[in-house]
Amino acid sequence: MEFQTVVFYLFGAIAVAAALGVILVRNPVHAALCLVLVFFSSAAIWLLLEAEFLAITLVLVYVGAVMVLFLFVVMMLDINVDRLREGFWSNLPLGLLVAAVLVVEMLLVLTGDVFRQASSPPALPTDASNTESIGRVLYTLYSYPFELAAMILLVAMVAAVSLTLRKRKDVRYLDPAEQVKVKAADRLRVISMPAEKE
Amino acid sequence: MMEATWQTLATWFGPTWPAVWVLLKIIALLIPLMLAVAYLTFAERKVIGYMQVRIGPNRVGPKGWLQPIADALKLLFKEVIFPTQANKGLYVIGPIMALTPALLAWVAIPFGENTWIANLNAGVLFVLAVTSLEVYGVIIAGWASNSKYPFLGAMRASAQMVSYEVAMGFGLISVLLVAGSLNFIDIVHSQAQGRFAEMGLGFLSWNWLPLLPLAVVYFISGVAETNRAPFDVVEGESEIVAGHMVEYSGMAFALFFLAEYANMILVSFLTSIFFFGGWLSPVGFLPDGLHWLLIKAAVFLFLFLWFRATFPRFRYDHIMRLGWKVFVPITLIWLFVVTVWLLSPLSIWR
Amino acid sequence: MEFERPDFSLAAAEIFVAVMALVVMVTGTFLRRISRELGYALAQLTVIGAAFITVFSVDDPTVRYTFGTMYVSDWLGQVLKLFIYLSVFASLLYGRLYLIERRLEKAEYYVLMLLSMLGAMILVSANNLLVLYLGLEMMTLALYALVAFDRDNGLRSEAAIKYFVLGAISSGLLLYGMSMIYGATGSLDLGVVGQAVSLGAGDELVFKFGLAFLVAGIAFKFGVVPFHMWVADVYHGAPTPVTLLISSAPKLAAFALAVRLLVGGFFGLAETWQPMLMLLAVASIVLGNLAAIAQSNIKRMLAYSGISHMGFVLLGLLAGVTDGGHQQVFNAYSSALFYAVSYALMSLASFGMVLLLARTGFEAEHIDDFKGLNRRSPWFAAMMMLVMFSMAGIPFFLGFFAKFAVLEAVVSAGHTWLAVLAVIMSVIGAYYYLRVVKVMYFDEPMDRTALIASSETRVLLSANALTLAVAGLMPQGLMAVCGYAVLTSF
Repeated sequence: MEFQTVVFYLFGAIAVAAALGVILVRNPVHAALCLVLVFFSSAAIWLLLEAEFLAITLVLVYVGAVMVLFLFVVMMLDINVDRLREGFWSNLPLGLLVAAVLVVEMLLVLTGDVFRQASSPPALPTDASNTESIGRVLYTLYSYPFELAAMILLVAMVAAVSLTLRKRKDVRYLDPAEQVKVKAADRLRVISMPAEKE
Repeated sequence: MMEATWQTLATWFGPTWPAVWVLLKIIALLIPLMLAVAYLTFAERKVIGYMQVRIGPNRVGPKGWLQPIADALKLLFKEVIFPTQANKGLYVIGPIMALTPALLAWVAIPFGENTWIANLNAGVLFVLAVTSLEVYGVIIAGWASNSKYPFLGAMRASAQMVSYEVAMGFGLISVLLVAGSLNFIDIVHSQAQGRFAEMGLGFLSWNWLPLLPLAVVYFISGVAETNRAPFDVVEGESEIVAGHMVEYSGMAFALFFLAEYANMILVSFLTSIFFFGGWLSPVGFLPDGLHWLLIKAAVFLFLFLWFRATFPRFRYDHIMRLGWKVFVPITLIWLFVVTVWLLSPLSIWR
Repeated sequence: MEFERPDFSLAAAEIFVAVMALVVMVTGTFLRRISRELGYALAQLTVIGAAFITVFSVDDPTVRYTFGTMYVSDWLGQVLKLFIYLSVFASLLYGRLYLIERRLEKAEYYVLMLLSMLGAMILVSANNLLVLYLGLEMMTLALYALVAFDRDNGLRSEAAIKYFVLGAISSGLLLYGMSMIYGATGSLDLGVVGQAVSLGAGDELVFKFGLAFLVAGIAFKFGVVPFHMWVADVYHGAPTPVTLLISSAPKLAAFALAVRLLVGGFFGLAETWQPMLMLLAVASIVLGNLAAIAQSNIKRMLAYSGISHMGFVLLGLLAGVTDGGHQQVFNAYSSALFYAVSYALMSLASFGMVLLLARTGFEAEHIDDFKGLNRRSPWFAAMMMLVMFSMAGIPFFLGFFAKFAVLEAVVSAGHTWLAVLAVIMSVIGAYYYLRVVKVMYFDEPMDRTALIASSETRVLLSANALTLAVAGLMPQGLMAVCGYAVLTSF
């Protein structure tokens, strides 16, 4: 077996095991960490496919940012695992049926001729830059969907802010800049008046 | 002489030689790095000591020079205590996850034209991705300790580190734009060109001058990213004792310590490479070389220590405000300026 | 593929709306004091401006592409876009008072509204699987937020969560189907996919599985049985102006999604997807009409009626190809378009009436709230009667001709039993529409407060309802537009 194949099966096995862990472990924090591992091994498999930009971005964005915030939320929530598992057995037959249908279908589709490549594509020259080629198509051929994706992120941002931002009215906030700018004349008025005698 | 030695070694190891060679390179990197970490702690205590008109450690060895060795030995021989309610597996993984990325990132750092372990063409992205993993050590440790202060520290860390990564990443985009590459060596090379470099005043051609706001933002974000003073609310001794490391002792604690200092050194190296010409010599009549990189990094490391001795700790909401409402807009505006500049006839890069 | 500079003028309406949404957002942030009035004015201005741009670009009926072939400019798209503008315009106008009374009128509301409209517009003129998906997501993401906009109300949040979760699942189905198609053809372009399908290039099994997922995703977005679980809860839970929007613009967008994917991409497999649609259509017409009878909440009733109406739209779509013959195509698809557009008009008017009756602290969402409307406002009672008659398909209103056109297409496609079933179910369905009319005219009013509404709302709502009657008397104009749109676009 080639070295690459060994590495592929290694990371593939880790990914599958971790994916199973995501749904099987009892502790939600452990499940989230398993998901991190899934992302990480998928990134490694992408590296094997010479898609280093995608692999590194996956780690940077999903592992480095998204999952951190996700963990943040999961750790803060007090999730009662047993309540989540209620009705597991009664829903199991239906779930298994759907899963079986999906598996059969995947087998039918994937064992067909379409997805069976006669040979693996030729290896890229070592100085080929994945980042550059992605950048080229992203900003030319795919500029329209790229811009749309940007607008969708804007929608998500506006939605998140408008649904969650609350101004607290019960805090007294002093603006230091305003405080510093205050002159004596703003607070104190010296008036001249004749001296009074008693 | 060297060549001959390598040749004989290569014949001894036969086909496993490439792997051995990589291992040797890693060892050659790690040993100086570990020594640097050890003596950085010593330097920190000395520098802050002098700044506060004290002497600092001076008992162990001549002038205290063996102090870090003594500290390391002490930590090695102490027991690693597991809190009863801690989540055992993750409690062990925490410090490992903190140290691994701190060391892994060094793989992609070049020390000279031909001195590197791996010369990746997406090196910058690799380092960004790996450093973004550092936060896991803190979060896992904080959660697994099953104790309030560590958990608070973990919460603060996850928000703070993710936020400053954004500013750091945006700051780097402009650097990549002017260098036209994600490769560290190309980035350094791009700083060796320009009118001033031809006049023999190389230091005026480095990125720090045209990208001054970004250099400042990058380094300060680096300080925040490593959770150093004045952004050390994650550890916040006066509020949450030591944050995520409260429950750790002995070698487990030492790993966090190593990670923190290795990260400081990493940020100093990266700042030198991105904005201060890496191993390039500041003036034409002196040769380039590793020593320049080390000198520059040392200056930034000194800044780290200086900050700690000088500034009071930021309040948490101020940290978030600085990251999101000051640094991110600055980097975006400067990105816009740089793009326009690059495409205008006044461009100094093309 | 070589890159050439796209012709931005074809997408002028989209670009205009996108820019204006940003303008509303920025002014809303920095001009806090006048942001509400300004937001409303700018939003309406945007809708009207976009309508002008679209109207002035329709003089050329040829199909043109830009952004490579990702954006298609054709009459079908323009007609659908005009009705989408109309629904957003109506939602903004009818809902203004409702929002002010409930302190929901914020600049963000208008931004989300405009972005949702933008998503629908992009979806309508997409010619690429990726762009279809992105347009759909933009539209629905904004809608999720709009449903939850009254964030302290549990009912709204519940509806938003249901909408979001089911919407995400349906997007997943759609994406899964798209990924199979991409895998089989190696292209995201609908033209290329269409060619590959009709030439039989690629594994037919993969196409069919992909198609099944696409149909399921489309059905989710239409809200037809058995993918209708979210409809009633979302209609009921959302603030009424948002319900009004959800009941019209996204349905038109879903129609575009169905036409672009099934007719544009999978015309070669029409014999495969037509039976799927038949199943969906029969189930929706039966279940929608029966379930609507049991409702006492008018928003839920209209939701179930919407399900049955969407079943009718599917009836039109499935009557295109018979025994491999294409002679029915034109009639069938133009009847479906006509139905979708008429439904949007009726839906606007019906929810407009619900909004008209609502006031501070009172939602007017029960059928009982319409009791004795004749005594309170004979004019609007008459208007509501027009709307209900039209929805029920009573001759000679717009709804009747819509149903008639669809049934004609179905019969000439040879599915007579389907037409008979649809007629029977519509007769049963007429019961719940007429119940509303009965309640308005023959029951004692529960409260006698006068209706509060701005004069613009009164005028537009009356115009909207009268259109249903007038267009019913002379449906040829609208029908001709729909026919022309279908004729020139394929």
